[in-house]
Amino acid sequence: MSWGSWGEFWAMGGKGFFVWGSYAVTFACLALEVYFLRRRSREAKT
Amino acid sequence: MSTAIRWFWFASPQTFYPLAGAIARVSAVGAALLVAAGLYVGFFVAPTDAQQGEVYRVIFIHVPAAWMSMFLYVVMAFWAAIGLAFNTRLSAMMASAIAPTGALFTFVALWTGALWGRPTWGTYWVWDARLTSELILLFLYLGFMALQAAIDDARRADRAGAVLAIVGVVNVPIIYYSVQWWNTLHQGASVSLTRAPSMASTMLAGMLLMALAFWLYSIAATLARVRCIIRERA
Amino acid sequence: MKPRHKRLAAIAVGLAALGAAAALVLSAMRENLVFFFTPSQVAASEAPQGRTFRIGGMVEKGSVQRSGVEVRFLVTDTAKAIPVVYSGALPDLFREGKGVVAQGQLGPDGVFRAREVLAKHDENYMPPEAAEAVKRAHETAERAAKTLK
Repeated sequence: MSWGSWGEFWAMGGKGFFVWGSYAVTFACLALEVYFLRRRSREAKT
Repeated sequence: MSTAIRWFWFASPQTFYPLAGAIARVSAVGAALLVAAGLYVGFFVAPTDAQQGEVYRVIFIHVPAAWMSMFLYVVMAFWAAIGLAFNTRLSAMMASAIAPTGALFTFVALWTGALWGRPTWGTYWVWDARLTSELILLFLYLGFMALQAAIDDARRADRAGAVLAIVGVVNVPIIYYSVQWWNTLHQGASVSLTRAPSMASTMLAGMLLMALAFWLYSIAATLARVRCIIRERA
Repeated sequence: MKPRHKRLAAIAVGLAALGAAAALVLSAMRENLVFFFTPSQVAASEAPQGRTFRIGGMVEKGSVQRSGVEVRFLVTDTAKAIPVVYSGALPDLFREGKGVVAQGQLGPDGVFRAREVLAKHDENYMPPEAAEAVKRAHETAERAAKTLK
């Protein structure tokens, strides 16, 4: 484990913007796809 | 002989529909569990990198997403080719169902690559062979989807899309070997089939867990979408 | 939209996608497949004269000199070395003995004036302790080689 505290964890050695920017956009994309898939499947069933 | 009959039985969209639903549900649960495990290993078990510090942790999504983007394209082109050759409805539907997920992973690979490139290389983007060919892959996915969406007749849309998908498949080996064939800013592969990985084992474990998670996610998303397509075309 | 128009639109979209892909491939072929030239190529005058290009290689150990914002260093491929001068911020991974790609022009004096310097890192990922161990092993091997000579 490389973290002494949550503050260090979020800072990512000063590169938090790049690390969390990557993860946030990736999971936002996946969540959006799941949302659109659910909507499409609801519409396809009616 | 009996297995051949089974295969043809599942090749019918109506019989495949419930099976796809079951596989999609199981894969979705598996993907969620593996993402949790992968993130835990990636952030709490894998050590800091000696060269890059913490920013290397982007690798846990960047490399799996890039693998998926190439792999999904090959699978998409495979189903498109089968559909074109044997005129099987379900194969063409599979190809259409894969495209959006493939495009998504291509975008993720490019996006995370840009955010990783800035602090390490010193730039968000360069026109080197690896980055350019991956961008072309995104255009191929988008072109495939736009082409299919623009044609009303489903059969004709399948055929037109299939031709584009098959022609575009030459880009995949170009992406993969670009770092060996040409001088690129992008570094070579850390993990390949021909030699031992050049990564610490816990880092590799985190990356492989995330790769497996993205695999299962792709299976779940693709099968859920193929179910929509089956219903829409029924 | 009439079916005929739809078909035309579809063909247009398909062609546009293919065209964009082809244009990217061609532009990549023209300049970027040779993303950078090595110092040996530059020394053999294979690099374009009087035009912007990139050189790539390793920052020679002990060659980095800073004066104010200006940095001078040698880019080497172990056979030849080209002096580079650059003023500006260097990327985090710019280090002696590590890979570098610089974009700029070669002056008549043989000094490469860089406008942009990028770090090219390798594909090895390991914790600092392991890197330290590897470094120590190298040094021991070097010392052993020297004493044997």
